[in-house]
Amino acid sequence: MKKKGPLYALFLSLILLLPGCSSLTVLNPKGPSARTLSDTIILSIVVMLGVLAVVYILYIFVLVKYRAKKSNEGYIPEHEEGNKVLEAIWIIIPIIIVAFLSVVTVKTTTEVENVAADYKDQTPLVIYASSSNWKWHFSYPEEGIETVNYVNMPVHRAVEFRMYSFGTITSLWIPQLAGQKYAMSDMLTTLHLSADTEGSYIGKNANFSGKGFAHMEFEALVMSNKDYDEWVNDVKETAPELTEDEFKGLLATDFLGRKTYSSTHLEFSPPPGDHSEHMSGDGSEMDMDNGSEEHQDNKEIHPSPEPSSGTEFDSEPDPEVEQPLPSSPVDAETHDGH
Amino acid sequence: MKIDASKPLEYSTEENSNKIFGFWVFLGAEIPLFATLFTVYFVMVNRFASGPSASELFKIGPVLIETFLLLSSSFTIGLAIHAMRHGYKKAMMVFMAITLLMGLGFIGIEIDEFFTYVHEGATLQTSGFLSSLFVLLGTHGAHVSFGFLWGAGIMIQLWRHGITPATANKAFIFSLFWHFLDVVWIFIFSFVYLKGLM
Amino acid sequence: MDLDKFKVHGEPLIYGAMVSIALATIGILVGLTYFKKWGYLWREWLTTVDHKKIGVMYILAALLMLFRGGVDAMMMRLQTAAPEMKFLDAQHYNEVFTTHGLIMILFMAMPFIIGLMNVIIPLQIGARDVAFPRLNAVSFWLFFMGAMLLNISFVIGGSPDAGWSAYFPLASLEFSPTVGNNYYSLALQISGIGTLITGVNFIVTILKMRAPGMKLMKMPMFTWSVLITNVIIVFAFPVLTVALALMMFDRLFGSQFFTMANGGMDMLWANLFWVWGHPEVYIVILPAFGIYSEIIATFSKKNLYGYTSMVFSMLIISLLSFLVWAHHFYTMGQGAMVNSFFSITTMAIAVPTGVKIFNWLFTLRKGRITFTTPMLYTLAFIPIFTIGGVTGVMLAMASADYQYHNTMFLVAHFHYVLIPGAVFAVIAGFHYWFPKVFGFRLNERLGKHSFWWIVISFNVTFFPLFFLGLMGMTRRTYTYSEESGFGPLNMLSFVGAVGLAIGFLLLVYNIYWSTRYMPRDTTSDPWDGRTLEWATHSPMPIYNFAIVPTVQTRDALWSAKQDNIPLYDDKKITKIHMPSNTGKPFILGVIFFILGFSLVFSLWIPAILSGIGVIVMLAFMSFDRDHGYYISAEEVIATEKKLKRGETV
Repeated sequence: MKKKGPLYALFLSLILLLPGCSSLTVLNPKGPSARTLSDTIILSIVVMLGVLAVVYILYIFVLVKYRAKKSNEGYIPEHEEGNKVLEAIWIIIPIIIVAFLSVVTVKTTTEVENVAADYKDQTPLVIYASSSNWKWHFSYPEEGIETVNYVNMPVHRAVEFRMYSFGTITSLWIPQLAGQKYAMSDMLTTLHLSADTEGSYIGKNANFSGKGFAHMEFEALVMSNKDYDEWVNDVKETAPELTEDEFKGLLATDFLGRKTYSSTHLEFSPPPGDHSEHMSGDGSEMDMDNGSEEHQDNKEIHPSPEPSSGTEFDSEPDPEVEQPLPSSPVDAETHDGH
Repeated sequence: MKIDASKPLEYSTEENSNKIFGFWVFLGAEIPLFATLFTVYFVMVNRFASGPSASELFKIGPVLIETFLLLSSSFTIGLAIHAMRHGYKKAMMVFMAITLLMGLGFIGIEIDEFFTYVHEGATLQTSGFLSSLFVLLGTHGAHVSFGFLWGAGIMIQLWRHGITPATANKAFIFSLFWHFLDVVWIFIFSFVYLKGLM
Repeated sequence: MDLDKFKVHGEPLIYGAMVSIALATIGILVGLTYFKKWGYLWREWLTTVDHKKIGVMYILAALLMLFRGGVDAMMMRLQTAAPEMKFLDAQHYNEVFTTHGLIMILFMAMPFIIGLMNVIIPLQIGARDVAFPRLNAVSFWLFFMGAMLLNISFVIGGSPDAGWSAYFPLASLEFSPTVGNNYYSLALQISGIGTLITGVNFIVTILKMRAPGMKLMKMPMFTWSVLITNVIIVFAFPVLTVALALMMFDRLFGSQFFTMANGGMDMLWANLFWVWGHPEVYIVILPAFGIYSEIIATFSKKNLYGYTSMVFSMLIISLLSFLVWAHHFYTMGQGAMVNSFFSITTMAIAVPTGVKIFNWLFTLRKGRITFTTPMLYTLAFIPIFTIGGVTGVMLAMASADYQYHNTMFLVAHFHYVLIPGAVFAVIAGFHYWFPKVFGFRLNERLGKHSFWWIVISFNVTFFPLFFLGLMGMTRRTYTYSEESGFGPLNMLSFVGAVGLAIGFLLLVYNIYWSTRYMPRDTTSDPWDGRTLEWATHSPMPIYNFAIVPTVQTRDALWSAKQDNIPLYDDKKITKIHMPSNTGKPFILGVIFFILGFSLVFSLWIPAILSGIGVIVMLAFMSFDRDHGYYISAEEVIATEKKLKRGETV
């Protein structure tokens, strides 16, 4: 039909413009989770191209055959009520396609929501990723180190990101390693990923979060186990400690470059939904007369943990969360129940 | 305008019957409105932060009076419509007046409740729970207050023009509205107050 | 009072907008005075309760908003055309894409559709007007004032800047301290109430005022689609009303619904918003399906194939539209189970939609297809919308969506759905029904020129975005680096946007040209139509039908023309009851505008006064004893004679 020409030209120009398939980051996975998603996407594209082909062929056929011509002038089409068999066909076949894709969806969704099959026997490396304004904080509770705006991880290792936000909803996305997931202020979300190949990958916040959104990128560097261990030891020895004041300063700043610390903010500012309720221990330290002020300050730092929230949208309780963090103060009783 | 004598006065013209049907559709829209407010309340009910919880805040006394007033007023508005069908203008006016007075009593008690809450430090700003409580009760209360003004307006028209197809239609629609508010209150009474007190 | 709040600082762009708004306003005022048109404007338009005029005003407003939203779009495409562009800063870019979304959905697509609905539905069901003509005027003025309120935000105080979905906590006072999101909550609230009233009005109109003999299953497909749409409006809009009210309370009165501390819950907003937001998509798309059904039947000279399954597929779509909202945030961490449920309900929508596509194709089959401008838009809709549909299925797969969410892939998808699904439809409907309202057709040659510009440029603009999404470009990004490699495709997209602009300008030129030069129709049925709206004169008299038609078949007019089934039981012309004009809806709208504006800036005294004003106006309307007037039988007969001779009335 008439429309084919321009569309064809469009496709051609696109192919010329595309610097090759490797630039389609999403379809160039470097880890099992992203690979599952990439396969799902390609599968769905193929199925959908089939659907498109059927519609387009039928479309071109009717337009060519039944358009008004000199030869059929005065032709008055007959009344046609419909056809039960035909209509049943285009109800049943789409149902089959949708059912097939549903099975794929359920299977792959469950797959990427859990540790990848090849890594099932590992204890995942836990990294807390929290966002504030337009930066990312990565805390490694096991190693007791923290970074800002970059994250290093060992290759061939199950990694579990636990995400939350000190403000707006953000979305942690490393396209070549895994799909994205939101970081929110009053619940913890979990993202499982692992990398098969060493390398540096772009990570970003995918969810619009205001003025600085466009610049909220970070590097995800996947390194060999040896390099990773060296890096951790190096940080522990050379990097400064992250004090509460320093952390408040970080939160208050809009943009930051890279930072590295030899302790984590989790110790004085626990993540939401962490029911061990270890406040910073400030209850014992703070003076009675400025207590309320201090308390207010803390409210801002802690995305307030909620006692209970009975909606279906809360994350499933994460069994791992209960396990106390390495350096958390044990005096849970100092919590004054705000 | 054609008047169909075989139908009750409030349905007697096409316009009248359209208005009643239209009001039913409008009430159809009020259901998702209140359903959403209830949902918000149920999501928020345990999120009382540093403020009081439902069981700490609610007192059964005033709520029972409010319930009694509103339920009785639903009965009296029914009597008013009954009187209207028989063409008893005076009786109808009296029953409507009683209905509106009880509505006014309800609003008075509710406002007093709100003052008590605020006095106890439970304000709209205190917690998610209280925000949702005030907005749910407030929306219902605003409906009752609006109903009071509306009902009063209809009474003036009844007093001026008597029971005509137009005024009968308005009074009937008003009664639908009033019954609806009663139904909403029953939900508030059971799922907000009684459940909260448990 | 802090005057600074009202000012918007910054760029020449804003000052330019201010100056042009001021000049346009002065121009309109001076023009009206000079040509002594104030009385005309008041008598014929501001106080009208005639569904046709209200419909025309809706469409005019929608066209205006199309250009406002289009300018926003051009600014966005220009800003992202190349890496590191310095045309807009982040804040203005955020405001521009937010208002682009709001305006295009709520103040362009919806009013355009409601406008067509207003003009056509009473005619199509053989009624004299809608059920509640004055309420209809109230609807229009509330919509219009809401739209104006949102539009002045650009120059007074600043526009909303948290996206059209206004997710909390980003839209909270803490992260969005300007008045922008106050405008959001109030402008949408005011026009939303108008829409809700429209919903009630049209449900009653369609269910109670159809011509004798028009059973539900004999209604034209457009009427069916509008009925279902209005049912969705009545059930979905109250959710928006509540959500916006809560937003207003949070921002103006410090309540704790969506805050981060004190028990607030930001995800609640996302849920409420999309419980309304997804049905909203079908509110603009179902009537479009109706318009296409009419046009396809007319221009293939065939009745609609599979009428019953068309109706049921719309019913199923409307039902499912309430069960899919969480697919807008699969990534919120609600777990595989919940996501799977919403994936399946979402993909299920593809089935009834597919049924419609195939039924349309089979309507064309064995027809005699003529390629008029409205038909061209309809035919372009099928292949393009199918791309939108299949990418919708791809997005519905929760796992894959983890990679598409928030990217340009999503942007491409919903433009592939909404532009053919809603914009092409309203343009097609506009061309199709234009002669009905004005008595002459738009020029076909110009129409086809603008069609090809629009359709080709549309694909050039949005097809590259699919690839940008897969390359990892997130939406709502105001700038990107050279190394990202996003540059060339964005430039291509910008070129397409320029083409789209040319297409739309041609469309406007066509309206101007046709008004001046197109010959007036004498037939009142220029397309050889099938349904009742073509059974009366074009333009139609104020009372629509001198005699109310009687319906025996689905395509009543077609049967009358083809099989000589009489359209009118041989009835005599009798006097006709008409509602009288009233200025109260307009005044009510103005008071609502003042109320909204005062609340935006927390001006409590004017807010309270205008709040009282609203109640007083409602009381005035309740006490109104004007029950309309009668047009005598003689007058109707005289008008009919004149119209038959082709004179204007």
